[in-house]
Amino acid sequence: MMELIHEYLLEPLSYDFMQRALLISLLIGIVCSVFSCFLILKGWSLMGDAVSHAILPGLAAAYVIGLPLLVGAFAAGLFCALSTGYLKNNSRVREDAVMGIVFSAMFALGLVMMTRIESDVHLLHVLFGNVLGISSSDLWQAGSIAAICSAIMLLKRRDLALYCFDPAHAAVIGVPVKVYHFGLLVLLALTVVSALKAAGIILVIAMLIAPGAIGFMVTRSFDRMLMVAVSASVFSCLGGTILSFHLDAATAPLIVVIQAILFLLALVIGKRTSHSRKGEHGSGTAATAG
Amino acid sequence: MSQAFIHLENVGVVYPNGHHALEGVTADLSPGTICGLVGVNGAGKSTLFKSIMGFITPTSGKVEITGLPVKQALKKNMVSYVPQTEEVDWNFPVLVEDVVMMGRYGYMNFLRRPSQADKKAVDEALQRVGMQDYRKRQIGELSGGQKKRVFVARALAQGGKIILLDEPFTGVDIKTEDSLIALFRILAEEGRLMLVSTHNLGSVPGFCDTVMMVNKTLLAYGPVETTFTQDNLAAAFGGMLRHHQLMGDELHDDPDARGVTVLTDDERPLVLYGEQGGQKIVRTKETAGEGIGRHD
Ligand SMILES: Nc1ncnc2c1ncn2[C@@H]1O[C@H](COP(=O)(O)OP(=O)(O)OP(=O)(O)O)[C@@H](O)[C@H]1O
Ligand SMILES: [Mg+2]
Repeated sequence: MMELIHEYLLEPLSYDFMQRALLISLLIGIVCSVFSCFLILKGWSLMGDAVSHAILPGLAAAYVIGLPLLVGAFAAGLFCALSTGYLKNNSRVREDAVMGIVFSAMFALGLVMMTRIESDVHLLHVLFGNVLGISSSDLWQAGSIAAICSAIMLLKRRDLALYCFDPAHAAVIGVPVKVYHFGLLVLLALTVVSALKAAGIILVIAMLIAPGAIGFMVTRSFDRMLMVAVSASVFSCLGGTILSFHLDAATAPLIVVIQAILFLLALVIGKRTSHSRKGEHGSGTAATAG
Repeated sequence: MSQAFIHLENVGVVYPNGHHALEGVTADLSPGTICGLVGVNGAGKSTLFKSIMGFITPTSGKVEITGLPVKQALKKNMVSYVPQTEEVDWNFPVLVEDVVMMGRYGYMNFLRRPSQADKKAVDEALQRVGMQDYRKRQIGELSGGQKKRVFVARALAQGGKIILLDEPFTGVDIKTEDSLIALFRILAEEGRLMLVSTHNLGSVPGFCDTVMMVNKTLLAYGPVETTFTQDNLAAAFGGMLRHHQLMGDELHDDPDARGVTVLTDDERPLVLYGEQGGQKIVRTKETAGEGIGRHD
């Protein structure tokens, strides 16, 4: 037994790159899962998709200008979020359509730029991440963004949950609703940016949705949902990283696969609990959970 | 000087897409009353609520609450809002007691950590609406009437003197409606101002003191007895109401000229009785099951 633990868990830790990989996957596992709770409750899955795709041209432009890549990525992500909001309010096209156009155009532009520009940024790494290749400066930058965002969201979780649940009541008690809306968009862009190097812009979408969905299905109160989401996410991030070391498989995809399995499990558990709930309180409550 | 609780002065709202939802609404609402807000779908009832709640800023005119601008009044927890049933995500992972606790957020520091006083206020509010046994339920696991009570409890926990209720009677049966009305009456008698939007024309005379009739503007405002007339209703609802009229000769064998008019938009109907031109509101009583209207 001790042998196994040693071989599977401790041996990877003796490598520097694995220490960095585990630390970054822990940090982005936390920040993505915390955000995913708000994302699920606000119905913003497509927004997560959009912002992460839209980052690509920002990366390329930052490289050309010589800005830090993360700054360019953040600016592009936020631009996408804000411009869809603006276009929705000022046109008759529905929000999902506007968003689809904006982000796929930005993504396409980014692809064009990436293939035209000679850079040391690997397109595949940008798309699918490279956990095991994280440098210590990457870790330092992305890790501190992730840690700060997580802290803000956890400290303000009650207000953020209120904003998602009942913005009208939030307004009535004097909460600056517009600031919260804008704040959530900024946090989304920052979260995606922090996960960029490790998870890549395609796979981060899964990490931004799955944990919250898992938490939503098996719990009935917000704090529980948050706990389940964070646990599921941290488990799959650390597990995926260690497993990828042993299997010599791509890390971020492995993390996402584990999350998908947990999601299926939650689906089964969630079904069972909602059935027993139905039995308990009669037919009037069938519309719960799910 | 006795101050109006809500002072609306020439309030107009134009939405960003250019839609003129409201124009020139002027009215003073006083405490201790229930004011009904009636109008067709899209008349601007929710828009008026949102202006009072500071959720949208009127594009013209002004709203004052006890003499203060809306923003300041909201900081003092003066206004509570009970949302329309369709506006709430009933699958949201939140328990009954969590929702009521949200009413206390305005009293807490920025981390929203409840104090002993906050917990006590939540207990009392749940008690008042008779929902203390349901506090650990997820909000989707409740009946229509219970759902409403939870949000009324939140308003009570908040302690505001103004409670806005958007369509509180949709999706609840008559018995529940009557018990909600009884609760609202008590709350108003304690000095609150209850502003209630409703489609339920028939119940307006039974529980409202004053009525505002809107259709893109304020068509009429005043005591129910003098304002809730057939003419004003016709102006507010245009051809939208079902209108049944039984005049004297169809109703009686004797020369009595009095007739009955029934107005309804599918909810509890409004019944008027008397000679043509001078018909008075009949306070109908509906009983669950039989649903027979009678006048006294
Ligand atoms: N956010 C918005 N943007 C643009 N137009 C809006 C918005 N909200 C409401 N409107 C329009 O303003 C008008 C008034 O809407 P409001 O919701 O106030 O009506 P209402 O009286 O509450 O109707 P109902 O009885 O259906 O609840 C409607 O024509 C509606 O389409
Ligand atoms: Mg409305």
